[in-house]
Amino acid sequence: MSEAVVAAIVERFPDAVVSTHSWRGDDTVVVERGALVEIGTYLKHDPEMDFKLPVDVCGVDYLGKREPRFEVVYHFASITQRHRIRLKVQVEEDPSECWVPTLTGVWRGVNWFEREVWDMYGVRFEGHPKLERILLYEEFEGHALRKDYPQRAYQPLMPMPTLPRER
Amino acid sequence: MTAEHLPAVDGSSGTSEVAGDPFHARLMKVQMGPSHPATHGTVQFTLTLDGETVVDADVKIGYLHRGFEKMAEVCTYNQVLPYTDRLNYVSPLCNNVGYAMAVEKALGIEVTPRCQWIRMIISELSRISDHLTCLGAGALELGGFTPFLYAIQGREEIWQVCEEVTGARLTHSYTRVGGLRRDLPKGFEGLYAHAKSEVNRLLVDVDKLLTRNRIFYDRMADVGAISIEDALDYGWTGPCLRSTGSDYDVRTHMPYMFYDQVDFDVPVGTTGDNYDRYLCRLEEIRQSFRIVDQCLEMMEPGPVDVDDWTVVLPPKEDVYNSIEGMIAHFKNIMEGVKVPAGEVYSYTEAGNGELGFYLVSDGSGRPWRVKVRPPCFAAMQALRPLVVGGLLADIIPTFDTINMIGGEIDR
Repeated sequence: MSEAVVAAIVERFPDAVVSTHSWRGDDTVVVERGALVEIGTYLKHDPEMDFKLPVDVCGVDYLGKREPRFEVVYHFASITQRHRIRLKVQVEEDPSECWVPTLTGVWRGVNWFEREVWDMYGVRFEGHPKLERILLYEEFEGHALRKDYPQRAYQPLMPMPTLPRER
Repeated sequence: MTAEHLPAVDGSSGTSEVAGDPFHARLMKVQMGPSHPATHGTVQFTLTLDGETVVDADVKIGYLHRGFEKMAEVCTYNQVLPYTDRLNYVSPLCNNVGYAMAVEKALGIEVTPRCQWIRMIISELSRISDHLTCLGAGALELGGFTPFLYAIQGREEIWQVCEEVTGARLTHSYTRVGGLRRDLPKGFEGLYAHAKSEVNRLLVDVDKLLTRNRIFYDRMADVGAISIEDALDYGWTGPCLRSTGSDYDVRTHMPYMFYDQVDFDVPVGTTGDNYDRYLCRLEEIRQSFRIVDQCLEMMEPGPVDVDDWTVVLPPKEDVYNSIEGMIAHFKNIMEGVKVPAGEVYSYTEAGNGELGFYLVSDGSGRPWRVKVRPPCFAAMQALRPLVVGGLLADIIPTFDTINMIGGEIDR
């Protein structure tokens, strides 16, 4: 990871950066969700940044630890510059506010990762081309990795789907 | 496969009977999987076919979801380790090493040199077994049963060594936070030398049977090709990305352990098709042997665990004979290793590419969040563009060379 990247983001988007921190060599920038796509585009296409590799997108539930409750965490890597960065967006619990803009328009590779965050945490990605559950099934009730989802929960049985027959 | 005739998607009504459709111009929807004999791994494709050409493919994963990340949140850090065996179950030791390194990064400790050498050795052995499985299964699915047997026999030789080292054939759970379960067994060099000569002998056979085989070449070459830009954009890493021409390998780009002290080549392809992915894996097996050879030469005797009882378990004689040892043992087992509050992302080169662990700790002995970044999860989302426009039968080799591992992608 690289501190120069953090400095560049802070300098270029001073209003969008909520906070920054570094721990164990990992540099993190917490950004406003309104500027996420803009920052993503800059990170990918600026030759000094050149974050061509979308590494990971995941959600974290901080229930009872901090407000707002959810965080969506992005990791990006640059192969040419050999640096990495972690972006974080804080998301409210309230269903109408529980969303972040999708980055599928910038990196195609975040597509499934964003679907997984929706699946597990119920954070919507506005503008996502196909925001469906990916690891669990459509009839699953709730979002499994939320801290208030029990470790041993039973899901209602669903009817066996009937396949249309060939004529 | 069950076939189901659907209305045409070209705007026509699609209600014509087969008699009114003499050229079979309608598109056909075919379910492939989730349990299909030609795909290893449980995955479902919903294919829209125009004759034999794939018009659209919907890839559905998740059939092997076991809730690894949910379970990890109630386990102590060392209790998560057996679960990591089940992620990529053809190279479990890579996962063990990757997870242990993530926790150690959060702890801010460095393990002993001998431990790092051993971890390199077992990672490379695991990578060899991973690649052998992928090559063998790929040949099998294209009808080459003999190379499959050779490759699996080679994997067996590697697993014999792993069994001697760890005590288990498949679910090794060999690393611990801050060290290893135990040192390498006596006579490891001899075991390894035997396995190496056997695998090399078998690999020559596999190579001769497949690499210049007309049928194999025609099925693999120029099928499932992807450009380096697209591969990066989809988040590809590992041998799949290197087949496109990128030399990105975590071992050389961000050297961890002692990978900067050993000498090895990173094979890269040119076109990013199935044949290049096959060749890259074949060569990586040989390079992995080179790395292990050098590790065995350079490593020196010494302890494998860090000298800190808050991280590793004390030796049994201390547990039974001293109060400090017993308390340390009790706290380590019952409360777990206390990791300072914070978050880390640690990544290693596993069999399929960059295996990342994102850990969030709240300062207790159990992780608040463990996120695995499985390399084939990113690779699989590019399967649809790779197979659309190609033939139905070409899905099989493309799916194989991407090397989806159900345990890893579904977690």
